[in-house]
Amino acid sequence: MITTLLYSLTGLILFGMGLFTLITHSHPLRKILAVNVMSTGVFLILVATAYIPLGQGEVDPVPHAMVLTGIVVSVSVTALALILACRVQETSNLALLKRKEQAKTTKEVAG
Amino acid sequence: MIFFNAETPSWMISPIVVPLTAGLLCFLLSRRTFVIALAAALANLIAVCFLTCQLLVFGPMRCHVGGWLPPLGITLRTDGPAVLMLLMTAVTGLAITLYARGYFTCRISEPRLAGRHQRQQRYFWPLWMLLLAGLNGLFLSNDIFNLYVTLELIGISAASLAALSGKPASQLASFRYLMVSLLGSLTYLLGIVFLYRTCGVLDLDLLRNFTAGGSGMRVGLALMSVGLLLKTALFPLHFWLPPAHANALAPVSAILSALVVKGSFYLLFRFWFEVFASIITTSALNFMGALGAIAVLWGAVQAMRQQRLKLMVAYSTVSQLGYLFIAFPLSKVADGVQVWSIVIFMALAHACAKSAMFMAAGTVFLHLGHDRIKDLNGIRSSLPITVFAYGIAGVSLMGLPPSGGFIGKWMLLTSSLASLEWWWALVVMAGSLLASIYVFRVMSRFFVIPEGFSLKKSEPLSPLLEWPALVLALISLFLGLAAPRLLHILATGNTALAQVFPGGLP
Amino acid sequence: MSKIRNRRKRLDGFQRLLLLLVICLTTLLGTIILTIPENTPGLAGAVARLQERSGVESPVTAVLLNFRGYDTLLEVMVLLLAVIGVWSLAKAPFPQQVTDISPVQMGVVRLLAPLMCLVAAYLIWQGSHLAGGAFQGGAILGAAGVLMLVTELPWLRGIPALPLRIGLVLGPLLFVGVALSCLFLTGNLLGYPEGTAGWLILLIEAACAISVGLTLTSLFAGGRPENEIPDKHHPADHAPNGDRS
Repeated sequence: MITTLLYSLTGLILFGMGLFTLITHSHPLRKILAVNVMSTGVFLILVATAYIPLGQGEVDPVPHAMVLTGIVVSVSVTALALILACRVQETSNLALLKRKEQAKTTKEVAG
Repeated sequence: MIFFNAETPSWMISPIVVPLTAGLLCFLLSRRTFVIALAAALANLIAVCFLTCQLLVFGPMRCHVGGWLPPLGITLRTDGPAVLMLLMTAVTGLAITLYARGYFTCRISEPRLAGRHQRQQRYFWPLWMLLLAGLNGLFLSNDIFNLYVTLELIGISAASLAALSGKPASQLASFRYLMVSLLGSLTYLLGIVFLYRTCGVLDLDLLRNFTAGGSGMRVGLALMSVGLLLKTALFPLHFWLPPAHANALAPVSAILSALVVKGSFYLLFRFWFEVFASIITTSALNFMGALGAIAVLWGAVQAMRQQRLKLMVAYSTVSQLGYLFIAFPLSKVADGVQVWSIVIFMALAHACAKSAMFMAAGTVFLHLGHDRIKDLNGIRSSLPITVFAYGIAGVSLMGLPPSGGFIGKWMLLTSSLASLEWWWALVVMAGSLLASIYVFRVMSRFFVIPEGFSLKKSEPLSPLLEWPALVLALISLFLGLAAPRLLHILATGNTALAQVFPGGLP
Repeated sequence: MSKIRNRRKRLDGFQRLLLLLVICLTTLLGTIILTIPENTPGLAGAVARLQERSGVESPVTAVLLNFRGYDTLLEVMVLLLAVIGVWSLAKAPFPQQVTDISPVQMGVVRLLAPLMCLVAAYLIWQGSHLAGGAFQGGAILGAAGVLMLVTELPWLRGIPALPLRIGLVLGPLLFVGVALSCLFLTGNLLGYPEGTAGWLILLIEAACAISVGLTLTSLFAGGRPENEIPDKHHPADHAPNGDRS
């Protein structure tokens, strides 16, 4: 059906946008938002998958359950990532995670 | 009441449920958490030994959770490789539990930073128990979406554990680890979506028998593989591993290097060689082997350049994981059991040896207060057991007989020469040589006492800090002697691959 | 202004290459999705056939809590893991100075919070025959908690840690307990005995909803409560500034 295809393609485009932002942008909050956009994209495709058997008469509930599980996981991980980002900012005074900072702090080792 | 006999498949839920409940109780109660954790680790080991015996007597089994059969329900399964990975997790897990107790007790006795160490100890146990439950769930599960949930369980607990030390470098490394882990999980989930759309089932057995998959199945497998590769830190996706593993607390580094990366690798291997074996192409296998070869050499070269002990051990992990991937292109010539045995042996030996090494590094750090390699002089007199453990673990990493690393590398060499692709053999040998360089570099420091150097007075360290490392190192050393028994378990469990293996195995 | 323009211009070579790669990847995945035939039945038929044995009328709840209940068990643990992780990282930042709460805000909270709890309870019950269930009800409870946190009610600071932990662990522990008792009664983990599936699912959902609500509230609070660890003061363990903005 054309609706499911539209939803799936939108989900894929969101996934791609999130992927690009996750890799290129250096602010932690941007990265977390990018991950959220990516997961929304995947969930959209899943929801579209649920409506494919509509032609035979019923909606598939298993992708619905998968999306619910995925949303719960996504919320938990976003919360943890946000608190981690706060801690990164508190302890290292880094507002951005550029590649140069990564090289510098790799040398520091704690027990 | 239902009577359980030895043949019931439901026993296989115990390695998952016991640590899960222990984790909940460890979070709920604030005292005596070590006792709960230790009891759970012991019970886990006993349960896994029982599952091994059950496998040897009754063969591989399936447990349908809730009584619902596939395609709708979730299935758990035991077979040779799964049981061996469970054994690895249980044995290493018990040693790490004991070591962690010694580590935190020793640190808390320091009054200056007792607050921070109390926080670390308070939250280490629930996180570790839930991670153990997730790992066991991953090795036992037979359903791709359930595997996604266990991967998330593992990823979140591993990232929290990595950030536990509170130091700035560890927070940064843990954030990066969490982002990479998330990217891997989302790519894996996208792969599940493609697979479900193409095949309509989530059960691994049904996916294996699905023949009409086309490009959808291939793309699904490719996406899942990329996600799992991110979590296993194969070159060039390894950038997150050294800072995360090196900056964590010593027991956490042992957990991350020995167990967590093995979980995603095991999944990858199972997908490529069992579930989707019919659609794997030779060029894909060669590509993975090439990446593994680069990982071996690159990781070893970086390990040689490091100035700090824990970073060196972390880069050594990157290098050793490459060996596991060199087995991929060699599967064409070796029969099924041999490829599995290469991978399982290397994984088992590396798990024991690497956790022993990280434990030794942690003890050295506790004793000296730093881990700069050039200042590690003469520790052999103050920490003899630890140095001994480190040396034996190094023997396994280098691949000297009779260690498990030797068995794995031997099988890699024989398969590589049998298939006339001699370049893999060259890489394996070069990797072993480089490994010996970075192992001996530190060992020589331990033994050499320069002129006029006064040895540091050694306070008595808890035996829990030294003996688990030694026991694990000895296990990795003598793993080769147990090879026939392990291969027997492997062959028993794999009904699809139960062939007579060639008699040339050492 | 020029700084912003400079930053935007810096889509350097690496980023351009990456953009190209991502566009190619998305196009490839899109074409593959277009080629997948749409005649795979999925699992809808299997669910429809087994629906009446599941004890609930909503197919999604049947899948979530009966057919694939093991996934939900692990997922509830994932939520708890997030709380443990957050608590291990930071203390919950509460504002140092006690400001007066505006009467409008106070009135809204007094009206809405109990109403939200009522709606949550209804959603949990509704899950058995329509859309709803543990997570949906838990989300509303979490929203009520967040509303109370945002209002900075003064008694929230002094919440003792043990009851909070009990509430957080209640759902997962009950879920595991029900699963194990089903194991002893029918021989299958989470295999509900005949006829009891409906109310057992409701019990699990109620407990999990309370836990989920408390989890979401604790996650929003952003750290462990005051008296969680009787620790000596160490600068790295406290949030540097008092406000949560």
